[in-house]
Amino acid sequence: MLYLFYFFAAISVIAALVVVSAKSPINSVIALVVCFLSIAAHYILLNAQFLAMVHVIVYTGAIMVLMLFVIMLLNMNTVVEVRKPVVTRILAVVTGGLFFLVLLAATRSGLSTPVPADFDPGIGLVKRIGMSLFQEFLVPFELSSVLFLSAMAGAMMLAKKDGTANVNLPPSSEPNDSRA
Amino acid sequence: MVKTDLLALLVPALPLLGAIIIGFGRRRLKGNTAGMLGTAMVALGFVASLLLFLGHDGETHIVHLFSWIHVGAMDIPFAFQINALSLWMMLIVTGIGTLIHLYSIGYMHDDPRMATFFAQLNLFSFSMLLLVMGANFLVTFIGWEGVGLCSYLLIGFWYTTPEFNYAGRKAFVMNRIGDIGMVLAMALMFYQFGTLNYVDVMKQGGMMATGNPLIVTATLLLFLGATGKSAQLPLLTWLPDAMAGPTPVSALIHAATMVTAGIFLVVRSSVLFQLAPYTQDIILWVGVATALFGATVGLFQNDIKKVLAYSTVSQLGYMFAALGVGAYSAGMFHVTTHAFFKALLFLGAGSVIHALGGEQDIRKMGGLKGVTKTTYMTFLIATLAIAGIPPLSGFFSKDGILASTFAESPLAYGVLVFAAMLTAFYMFRLLFLTFFGTYRGKAHPHESPKVMTVPLMVLAVLSAIGGALNIPHIFGGHDWLKTFLGTAADGIGMEHLELSANTEWMLMALSTTLVVLTIWYTWTLFGKKTTLDGDTADMPFLKRLIAKRWMLDELYASLFEKPYGWISKHFFSIGEKKVAVPLTVGTGKAALGLGEWLRKVQTGNTSFYLFGMMAGVVILLIITYFGG
Amino acid sequence: MENVMTAIRVVPLDHYLILSFLLFSIGMVGALVRRNIIIVIMCLELMLNSVNLLLVAFSAYHSDPGGQIMVFFIMLVAAAEVTVGLAILVLLKRNTDSVDMNQLNRLKW
Repeated sequence: MLYLFYFFAAISVIAALVVVSAKSPINSVIALVVCFLSIAAHYILLNAQFLAMVHVIVYTGAIMVLMLFVIMLLNMNTVVEVRKPVVTRILAVVTGGLFFLVLLAATRSGLSTPVPADFDPGIGLVKRIGMSLFQEFLVPFELSSVLFLSAMAGAMMLAKKDGTANVNLPPSSEPNDSRA
Repeated sequence: MVKTDLLALLVPALPLLGAIIIGFGRRRLKGNTAGMLGTAMVALGFVASLLLFLGHDGETHIVHLFSWIHVGAMDIPFAFQINALSLWMMLIVTGIGTLIHLYSIGYMHDDPRMATFFAQLNLFSFSMLLLVMGANFLVTFIGWEGVGLCSYLLIGFWYTTPEFNYAGRKAFVMNRIGDIGMVLAMALMFYQFGTLNYVDVMKQGGMMATGNPLIVTATLLLFLGATGKSAQLPLLTWLPDAMAGPTPVSALIHAATMVTAGIFLVVRSSVLFQLAPYTQDIILWVGVATALFGATVGLFQNDIKKVLAYSTVSQLGYMFAALGVGAYSAGMFHVTTHAFFKALLFLGAGSVIHALGGEQDIRKMGGLKGVTKTTYMTFLIATLAIAGIPPLSGFFSKDGILASTFAESPLAYGVLVFAAMLTAFYMFRLLFLTFFGTYRGKAHPHESPKVMTVPLMVLAVLSAIGGALNIPHIFGGHDWLKTFLGTAADGIGMEHLELSANTEWMLMALSTTLVVLTIWYTWTLFGKKTTLDGDTADMPFLKRLIAKRWMLDELYASLFEKPYGWISKHFFSIGEKKVAVPLTVGTGKAALGLGEWLRKVQTGNTSFYLFGMMAGVVILLIITYFGG
Repeated sequence: MENVMTAIRVVPLDHYLILSFLLFSIGMVGALVRRNIIIVIMCLELMLNSVNLLLVAFSAYHSDPGGQIMVFFIMLVAAAEVTVGLAILVLLKRNTDSVDMNQLNRLKW
């Protein structure tokens, strides 16, 4: 089991690195899909079956497809992205690395792993999640429908082509300014 | 008793109401209406005071209005104290106030701001009544400050002339210097006695030893306050300058009421003063010196009101001398008679000024006794009273003071007698130069209207018969005022006068003879004057010094005003310009500059913002986990 | 079931922590380094997922269904957010004809 974990963890990390460093957006999208699938595998390893399915359907199936769709729509695969200055990139990496190290160091001060014998093996099954969702968390569940309604309405209103003339602003100043 | 409470409340409330109504309606009310309203208010107050007086049973009544200051151990109620002393002062204030209000209707009838005048006069009456009716030092102090304020307002009534404003300001500032003394005294007394109520302070004070240093200090400070208010040396230069105000103001405030506030305060606290012989000595000699000062300067003044002003200073000195030897009722008696004849003198002077269309220099007067008959008659009576000719009121009161002073210090007596001779001299000089001889001016004199002459006549009657209030035993009288005031539980009855009847007769005869001789001498000098006096420049040195009022004003100017002005100027140029302004303006500029510098953070660059956020999170994490 | 239990017993929680931190950091670096808005949105999703992973790990280890419910809701919100975000992106492309993030710099002092 441990090796399965390491295998999927490696896939996740490598895919994430590809997302960050790929030149073409399409490559990034594909790498992200791979990353998500590996995370779904992690979920299954943790016995979160319902979530794994939902993850695949929603994230990989819907969100990523949506992104791919938008990339295709906007012809972004042909756009060459200007690189940021080296200083900025180094600084960013340093910040990220620092962040990682701090978090790591913070958790060094002991994390007690509970005794596995107390585990309820039913956690993660649909029945269990369903019970929690519809009993404890009913109100957020219902409110999320309102959230979706607003998101849909917003997206449709934003992306609609309006009849008035387009305000076509020229690309504004200095694409090369520092700290970009 | 409800009735006493109600009447006691009415007495100050009515003038206050008058002040508010007239004050707010001063643009809508006609002058005469305002005048009649104001007079009515004070007159009703007089009626109420009279009723209280007639129904007075000799006990001290406290009329408690509301609990005013109640902080921890300090409990100072807003209350009035009705006893013999308060009633007497109330009668004087409201009675003479009514007459002067009535007079002002005639005197100020041309003035466009007449309504404001009456509002301020009413406000003054209210403050003065608060002063005399207060049941504790703090209520008295409110009245004290209030009369100072009204004095300032009324002296500078014709504010378009700058000198009048300076005079008002001078009065206020000098009063203030005295007020420091009063406040400090109040603090000391509160520290010692834990209360400021007269009844309690006197009761506790009566049990203390004579010469207690705290009592001596407190009484000295109280006297300092009295000095400022009652124009004694060294705080007297404001009173002559205060003649810049309208004549009724001089009559009411600077003759009859406000300047007697200092004497009232000392008499009120007589229990404390009896325990401080050191202070009493100081009071005696300050009073004597002031009496002499005022009398000497009055000899050479040429403005009719200035003569009367210095005369007031001198007479106040007499009153304080009486207090200094413990003859409190004699002092109060002189307050009363002085109120009568000095108010009469001022109102008469106002009548003369009005008759001559504004002329105040007596060198330009003369021969008016045929024209302004009523004014002349009343003025004559008042002059006789102030000189101390029997059987007018001034004789009895001045004699009372002289007798008491002789018992204590013959030297002081001698100086006071000399001052009495000088008083007779300058008062009769004033009378002769104004009314006798031939007219030396250019205006058309005419008698004043009835509304002005009636108060004059009333006051003349009072000046003449007022002596009956306190006729001493040797004449067969009953010392009525002394007994009446003695019922005031404040301990006024603590005076004792051990003089044999023979001594008293001799003193009286001596002073009267000297005064009559002086009057005859004055007559020879001034009785038939037709020409002006010589110029002051060719007088011998002493005369010139006195004519310059002993250079007291100039002394103060060089001693206090010049250095103060110098300090002010330098504080302005250094302290203000170089320190305060850069500090305040600089702070503002620094804030602005900081803002200018900080706003450059908003570059509009989204990546930069993201970076900022991340960096911030990292720093926060570091601080949280490793900052301890 | 037994396999699952064994798996859970075998992999210590620390490993999941490190994995999650790593993914989060990579996502953060990506958001700072890249200028293409779509890539930045994708890195955001990556960060969210790392958190999801951690939550599920904790939920499994502490037998608390609350963690998985939370993940459920996070996914919901992420979906809605991506919808609106992409709509804005389309609008941006229409207005400025580029997907460079630095084109959005008019809101400055």
